[in-house]
Amino acid sequence: MTDKKYTTVSIPIPLANKIKTHMEGTGFSSLSSYVTYVLRQVVSSLEEEERQKDSFSKEDEEKVKERLRALGYLD
Amino acid sequence: MIKPHGGTLINRQITGDNRDKLLEQSREMPVITLSSALRKDAQNIASGLYSPLEGFLCKEDMENVLEHSRLSNDIPWTIPILLDISEEETKKFSEGDQVILESENGEPFCIMDVEDIYTYDRKRYAEKVYGTTDKDHPGVQKTDLMGSHLVGGKIAQINVSPNPFENHTLKPMETRILFKEKGWRSVVGFQTRNVPHNGHEYIQKTALTFVDGIFINPIIGKKKSGDFTDDLILKTYDILIGNYYLKNRAVMSILEAEMRYAGPKEAIFHAIIRKNFGCTHFIVGRDHAGVGEYYGPYAAQDIFEEFPDLVITPIFFKSFTHCNKCGGAVDGFICPHGDEHRENFSGSKMRDMLVDGQIPPPHMMRPEVSKLVIETDKKFVD
Repeated sequence: MTDKKYTTVSIPIPLANKIKTHMEGTGFSSLSSYVTYVLRQVVSSLEEEERQKDSFSKEDEEKVKERLRALGYLD
Repeated sequence: MIKPHGGTLINRQITGDNRDKLLEQSREMPVITLSSALRKDAQNIASGLYSPLEGFLCKEDMENVLEHSRLSNDIPWTIPILLDISEEETKKFSEGDQVILESENGEPFCIMDVEDIYTYDRKRYAEKVYGTTDKDHPGVQKTDLMGSHLVGGKIAQINVSPNPFENHTLKPMETRILFKEKGWRSVVGFQTRNVPHNGHEYIQKTALTFVDGIFINPIIGKKKSGDFTDDLILKTYDILIGNYYLKNRAVMSILEAEMRYAGPKEAIFHAIIRKNFGCTHFIVGRDHAGVGEYYGPYAAQDIFEEFPDLVITPIFFKSFTHCNKCGGAVDGFICPHGDEHRENFSGSKMRDMLVDGQIPPPHMMRPEVSKLVIETDKKFVD
């Protein structure tokens, strides 16, 4: 079985204590798992804010629109 | 527009000169014949529906998915997409080789770069994916029939497979362009396997109140004997949408895939697929993708709490009934009347009525839908 790799990040102790108070009642069993949860949320919202680049060319887009019109999905 | 899962919409469908070249090279390659279910998985990988996957899972990713419900790069993923083969077949090629994946009708379908050949523990796989090793669970039964080895690696699709529902089939790139053209900034995905009744319509329209458009996405594929045929499901939805939805607020196209009945884990997987189609929201009802009594009624909703980075927003619904006193669909949180006033939207009851040629009451099923079902000769899968 492959073990998941982990690393250690240092944060100020007062911050860790503050996070622990937020953690109460959430059901998380460790500071690490709670911080992981919060960071996943933060990172994904940061990534989502970046502009989505169109991964298809104008030519592809026109072809798709043509098919969508032919199938009645677009007027 | 919501980003595809993992950030990039995968396209592994090869056309033009590159396709011809690959097809020519493939003549010398060892062959793996895909089942219908595996061919659908290959197709969904290639079209980008399973983005960010570019192929069948290698061992590291599979282990991460089983243990942590994430790919090895930490992206949420709950259902391992695996290509299983027999021990005998492993003798035909090695890691580093290319193989041709043939569809069930013997046509070359994909080229695969073999990156990993490995074994796995079926019992552990079933336990992790389905939460049970009970032989009565359809997923466990399927797992027991899998080959002893797995092959991981990127694929490139070189041929299309025959599709009787071509006019109702859109790739994620196409739905994304469609939603953009319609000006939809928010889109809710709805999965179905049934002819629509008014309970479904109520859920869809309630969700539609909060977003710009609804994407109705029936799963087309292997069904149980006695289920409504795929053709009838599509025709009844066409009639429902044509008569009762604003043209610019609802779109339907199919998802060619097979149900795994993995309950909560499959609910996450289904949400990921709809995110790749371009949906910002996804409707999750009671016992989504469940079977029997294996999962709690709302386990498929609770699991979303474990994935703060899924981005697509689930919309949860409890079960609805029709209240004769309210004169509409209700649940226990919005209707003060007792059970004596309520009638369940029972799919099986309506089905029995339709089989007997009786039209269910209009508050249960739209008359146009009932009429079409009654008039259709081949209603059910043999």
